[in-house]
Amino acid sequence: MNSFLNQQVPLSWFLLLSATLFVLGIVGFLIKRNLITVFMSIELMLNAVNLSFVTFACQWHAVKGQIFVFFVMMVAAAEAAVGLAIIIAIFRVRATLAVDRIDLMKL
Amino acid sequence: MNAPLYLRLIPLLPLCGFLVNGLLGRRLPKWLVTTVALLAPLAAFGVVLNAARAYFGAGMALPYVETCPFPWISVTGLHVDFSFVLDQLSLVMLLVVTGVGFLIHVYSVGYMAEDEGYARYFSYLNLFLFFMTVLVLAGNALLMFVGWEGVGLASYLLIGFYFQKDSAANAGKKAFIVNRIGDFGFLIGMFLLIATFGTLSFAEIAAKLATSPAWQGGVLTTIALCLLLGATGKSAQLPLYIWLPDAMEGPTPVSALIHAATMVTAGVYMIARTHVLFDHAPFALGVVAIIGAATALFAATIGLAQNDIKRVLAYSTISQLGYMFLGCGVAAYSAAIFHLMTHAFFKALLFLAAGSVIHGLGGEQDLRKMGGLWKKLPVTFAVTTVGVIAIAGIYPFAGFFSKDAILYAAFVQGPGGRALWFVGLVTALLTSIYMFRLWYMAFLGKPRTEGVHAHESPWSMLGPLVILALLSIGGGWVGIERFSEYLKPATGTLHLESSIPHLELILSAVAVLVALLGWLVAHILYSAKTAIPAKIAGAVPPIYKLVANKYYVDEIYGALIVKPLLGISRYVLGWVVDGAILGGLAWLLAGIANFSGAILQKWQSGNLRSYAAWLAAGAAVLLVFVFIPWDFAGALFHILLKVAGH
Repeated sequence: MNSFLNQQVPLSWFLLLSATLFVLGIVGFLIKRNLITVFMSIELMLNAVNLSFVTFACQWHAVKGQIFVFFVMMVAAAEAAVGLAIIIAIFRVRATLAVDRIDLMKL
Repeated sequence: MNAPLYLRLIPLLPLCGFLVNGLLGRRLPKWLVTTVALLAPLAAFGVVLNAARAYFGAGMALPYVETCPFPWISVTGLHVDFSFVLDQLSLVMLLVVTGVGFLIHVYSVGYMAEDEGYARYFSYLNLFLFFMTVLVLAGNALLMFVGWEGVGLASYLLIGFYFQKDSAANAGKKAFIVNRIGDFGFLIGMFLLIATFGTLSFAEIAAKLATSPAWQGGVLTTIALCLLLGATGKSAQLPLYIWLPDAMEGPTPVSALIHAATMVTAGVYMIARTHVLFDHAPFALGVVAIIGAATALFAATIGLAQNDIKRVLAYSTISQLGYMFLGCGVAAYSAAIFHLMTHAFFKALLFLAAGSVIHGLGGEQDLRKMGGLWKKLPVTFAVTTVGVIAIAGIYPFAGFFSKDAILYAAFVQGPGGRALWFVGLVTALLTSIYMFRLWYMAFLGKPRTEGVHAHESPWSMLGPLVILALLSIGGGWVGIERFSEYLKPATGTLHLESSIPHLELILSAVAVLVALLGWLVAHILYSAKTAIPAKIAGAVPPIYKLVANKYYVDEIYGALIVKPLLGISRYVLGWVVDGAILGGLAWLLAGIANFSGAILQKWQSGNLRSYAAWLAAGAAVLLVFVFIPWDFAGALFHILLKVAGH
């Protein structure tokens, strides 16, 4: 597999895909108003990073990168559970999911 | 080899008593508080008695040193240990402190029985004994200083025992602050000792001085004068005596224990303890003698015109302490310690008897409202009579022997000594007058106690009084010759040679005659023809007013020292330094924080997306920062600078 990867698809393609996904995530995070979309954008960024992790793991024949991916997935799963719970709680109280209007922390 | 004496128990037992009663006293039943409070000094007294038995009975060699295995301070050029030294001097002092201390504890059980702060009172009293025994046992100046400060603290706490009363709280503060001036002198003296001898141990200093007998004056005089300043503060001598009369605000047993028998004699003890230094500083010794004689006379004249029974005794204490200083000043340390011991007996007795009178009259302290009490307080009357005769110095009571020894030692010192002797003799006359005045006004004559039902005190109070009365009678029978022989290893030989035959006998006779003369004067003035004192006061009003108002010393100190200090504190330090400079600085800093906060606050919009945007922007800036070719940028910046320079 490694040799296949190395020969058929260059490393830079994987990294470019990863960077593209990450930037999409950032942009979505910044411009979307719906809290759930924002949340999904975060997941997108996490997975973009995961992609670059496995890419380098293959490239350098190091297992650490793959282990890290598992960590990230695990944390992301936990975070999704908590995050969705928070979103539901916010919706119940405020009856809206528009990020601009969730500014309770403002003085 | 001798059996160990466990000297450390002497201070530690009262400390335990203090901790138990101080921490738990309010929750413990009263009988338990009493037991703990009495057991601690009794056990300490037992340890001291055991040490005395080892010395007198088994002939143990003194000094006996007990050092804590852990060093206290050990730096280059200075090593200080927790070391307790028992020698002839500290032994006699310990016997007085723990013995009289225990009697006064017993007395207090009766005197303070109805007081709310019963446990607090006894915990302070035990704390005092702890520090006092540390002071006495200390083998070096620093440990002595710990005890010295500690008894000052205990004194402060006990003077201000009735802290709800403003006058008591102020008297406590006054005692503490005036003592601070003396402590300053003690501290400077200790620094000079370290600089000169490299040690604070009394034994080592004495050993070093013994190797150079010709070394006199110079820095030794300075050290001795600094220590003397400390002693005048603690022992209430001129010019720092002003705190002691006010210290009478405390409970009467406290006045007896701390402000008559033990703590105020710490200055005398300290001079005797460091006597080798004073022996090498004749000038300082002269100052000690003059201060002592002046204080003795000065305080005695004030004592003549006081009407508060405790204040009369307070001025009498100052005056007697002056005698002790006079004794130290003519290098008759053993005579001074002798007088210290007998004075502890009869002055504690007089104070406790005064306490018994005050107790019996329900708190009345004014001599003008007493009179004729001998019938109602027979035991108190009897023991007071003993105390008055003892302090007046009439043979064969204790005060005669010790006072006579000091006066004799002063007389044989040459012409200067004769002047001191004369002052001492006049003081003896005045002492006799004012003590018999007190006696007549309080106990004899017509009762002036209106509406007060006088009653005799309980036996827990009378018992100690009787014991102290016996000591006041027989405490001096040991005689100065044997006493100074006993103290010789600790305080040096007492030189009492004179060319005049029978001089001692003649001087004794003169002293007793003077005392009897004082009695006669008091009898005429305050018993036979009671109109005369008012006439005398009326004939020379300025002098009478001067004396009755204690020479206005408090007012003079107030105007010269306290007012300017308060002014500086309030206006210069309070308004300018604290208000303007420090306060202004604080306001400035707060203003800066406030202002920048107001600006930065705008940033915190509360909008999640703006935060995210800043986060992203920050990450972007970091990325750019990493990718900038810094070498190139640095060169560019350099060129720009040069261009700008030209």
